[in-house]
Amino acid sequence: MSESAVAAPVARDFRVQRWSWVSVLFAGGLAGIVTVLAFGPVLLGENTQNNLIQLYFLMIMAMMWNALAGYGGLVSVGQQGFIGLGAYAAVFFSVQHGLNPYMSMLLGTLVAGAVAIPIAAVVLWLRNGAFAIATWVVAEVFSILVSLDPNPAIGGGTGTSALLPFNLRYDPTHRLHYTYWAALGAVAVFLLLLFVLLRSRLGGSLQAIRDDEEAAASVGVRVLLGKGVLFVVAGMGCAAAGTVILAWQLSVLPIGPDSIFGINWTARMIFMVLVGGIGTFEGPIIGAVVLYVLQTYVSISGIWYFVMLGGIAIGFALLLPRGIWGTIQERFNVQLLPVGYRLRTGDGR
Amino acid sequence: MTWFAAVVHGILLGGFYALLASGLALLFGVMRIINLAHGSLALVGAYMSFLLVEHTGMSTYLTLLPVLPGALIVGYLLQRTMLERSLRAGQLVPLLTTFGLLIVIANLLQKFFSPDVHSLDEGAIGTAAWQATSSLAIPWFDVLTLGIAVAVLGGLHLVLRHTQLGRELRATASDADTAELLGVNSRAVYARAAAIAVATAALAGVFYGMRTGFDPNQGGAELLYAFEAVVIGGLGSLWGTLGGGIVLGVSQEIGAQINPEYFALGGHVVFLAVLVGRSMAQASRIRYALRRLA
Amino acid sequence: MSALLNVERLDVRHGLLQAVREVSFDVAEGETLALVGANGAGKSTLLRAIAGAHRPTAGRIGFAGEDITRKPAHRRARAGIALVPEGRRLFPELTVEENLRVASASRRPGPWDLDAVLEVFPLLQPLRRKRAASLSGGEQQATAIARALMTNPRLLLLDEVSLGLAPVVVEGVYRSLATLIEAGTTILLVEQDLARAMGAADRVLCMLEGRVVLEGLRGQLTREQVTEAYFGLRRQEATA
Repeated sequence: MSESAVAAPVARDFRVQRWSWVSVLFAGGLAGIVTVLAFGPVLLGENTQNNLIQLYFLMIMAMMWNALAGYGGLVSVGQQGFIGLGAYAAVFFSVQHGLNPYMSMLLGTLVAGAVAIPIAAVVLWLRNGAFAIATWVVAEVFSILVSLDPNPAIGGGTGTSALLPFNLRYDPTHRLHYTYWAALGAVAVFLLLLFVLLRSRLGGSLQAIRDDEEAAASVGVRVLLGKGVLFVVAGMGCAAAGTVILAWQLSVLPIGPDSIFGINWTARMIFMVLVGGIGTFEGPIIGAVVLYVLQTYVSISGIWYFVMLGGIAIGFALLLPRGIWGTIQERFNVQLLPVGYRLRTGDGR
Repeated sequence: MTWFAAVVHGILLGGFYALLASGLALLFGVMRIINLAHGSLALVGAYMSFLLVEHTGMSTYLTLLPVLPGALIVGYLLQRTMLERSLRAGQLVPLLTTFGLLIVIANLLQKFFSPDVHSLDEGAIGTAAWQATSSLAIPWFDVLTLGIAVAVLGGLHLVLRHTQLGRELRATASDADTAELLGVNSRAVYARAAAIAVATAALAGVFYGMRTGFDPNQGGAELLYAFEAVVIGGLGSLWGTLGGGIVLGVSQEIGAQINPEYFALGGHVVFLAVLVGRSMAQASRIRYALRRLA
Repeated sequence: MSALLNVERLDVRHGLLQAVREVSFDVAEGETLALVGANGAGKSTLLRAIAGAHRPTAGRIGFAGEDITRKPAHRRARAGIALVPEGRRLFPELTVEENLRVASASRRPGPWDLDAVLEVFPLLQPLRRKRAASLSGGEQQATAIARALMTNPRLLLLDEVSLGLAPVVVEGVYRSLATLIEAGTTILLVEQDLARAMGAADRVLCMLEGRVVLEGLRGQLTREQVTEAYFGLRRQEATA
């Protein structure tokens, strides 16, 4: 067609740019921030550390949900399945088998990643709403299976406590420090993992999926593979967040909307990603901070809290679909972490 | 209960799931969206009926007279205010907004009705049963539910096949732009579909409330059951949905027969097995295509 | 006589492409106007913009003395504009009769109803209960035109009605059109086949790269003039 013939010479005036000086600065800044935060246990009080742990696991969840929806076009309402799976796998290793609880958290994350592979093979064939509900069914199945487990360490429907394995090895102060570092470490690892993943060739094909699924499908099986990698990483990330929740609150329940397998986690994830900015790397981090500030400093009862969460999420989806960060990006054309591709005119017109 | 009785009860239960699923299937068929708040809207119907019974003392069946028209209006407004905008924003946004609605409804119900279990009185029919064999008693209420489900599905079928609204619905579902060029107001057609879908959800909700107790967080489970019925039935045809509902109901009753706690699990497992079967079929199709290319 | 359709300085974009640029023309009641031009000249986009399937970025469309530029497609259909879209766009799962009846949604009063269109397209009579997907190309085209007539249009827009059809079938389609023209239906016709277009129309409009480059009554234009405008051979003179 004639349009493509016109487009070709124009493209010469543009150059694809992934690292802007802002990005270099930010990547360095991020490393710096993580280093500074690592001194948290030395510098901060117990309350602040506890609060930051919450912020960290919220950040991981938001990043993972955004990776699925914002980059893979996959709306999952079942990530709570992996949150609970991670937590309960950690319980299995630490409470039932007496392993070091932090080692158990790592193992729990890996187990969830392994479980995510066959699940991906089943649910990734589905599109949109069908995918969403199938992930929820999977989460429900996890929840029911755990609640039916007669093993006293798992605790069945009444839940379980991980107090013992932690307290056997660590006094409360050290436990808090280690949990803090584990949570911060998980944020850093998954941020880095996503960053590398999205800038790899896989990231490019994911971009293609998001832009046009039909066109990307013709590229080949890479599409499914790309989604699969995202799904497994997101499963691991949510599991890691689940293990942090376990180490932080030391007990978990398997059944009900506010349990470790509860749908309320998905409500939080959707809120954070929509408010922060879906499909942007920075958005979920901002969304996590917003949610953290809301739940820490706005005193509101649990019921109204979730009414507000749902309502604000609907509002953002309809009225400000790019979220806070996406809107800032659009206004000022800035991008701190370069994962997408941007075009700049070569001669600076 | 014997295995045979479990199957019979499962079939009857399947009628209820088909009733619950019909609205979900209709909206999916017409707009290609899945309303994640479908189960929650059914639950709202049950609570509205409960409220009317509480304040007026009327029979649960009579509450349908105000509840169903109310649900039609709610569905219409839901489409015009929320779903329509969501649809325009792409395929994923309706999922996000209807999920938000699910969370809002569950928590508002909890606020106004407490998290406790409520139930609706099903009248004299509730205790009556037909003693078919010494070990099999068939509750008349379950037969009534199945009858209503078949009537609703049959009614929807007739509307889709033989009325102007039905033709416009099917035309819009197939190609909304072209339907518009022929004078069909697609926005109005969508809104009418949503109205019907929410009304059938509310009807199912009231029957659910009479069948068993309900609490504010049941909306999610109801959505999953409805969707499982639709998927097992093959996504698309109304009568397939009835078949899917029956398969789901039988799976749940058989699960419960093995262990009472396996009720929901039985349905989920069969649903996932259907998905595994379909994904294997898909994979082999792709392998076949690749081999032909090579 | 005032114009039935009045298009003024219309701009329509198709994504990044400006498909129609500052196009102005009138169609009088009862007239048959043919729109010719090469592939990608913007004819289909112009037709779809008139029917309401595309929003123009600038300009004005008047119909029967009313500004309809901002009206949604279904309101235009009810006002009396019917488009037979390129590629026919039947509802494949619906039967022929159902396809026709969809269009009677909220039609204007007029001579066309199910019996009347079946009389003009007798080949559809035995096919009434067949699914549209199972029809041949010619049968589908007949159904598409009949379907548009069911709205009782004052203005019928026909987009490439002969595309992909065998010559014999095209002959049949144009014979039906002749019936409509005799009955006084106002028609705006997009056609690639110059001879066909000039044979059927009272007036011819030639488009090139989104602009009208030549306009004239059938008798006043020679084939050579139109061919030159069609391919843009004498673009300078034509636009000057």
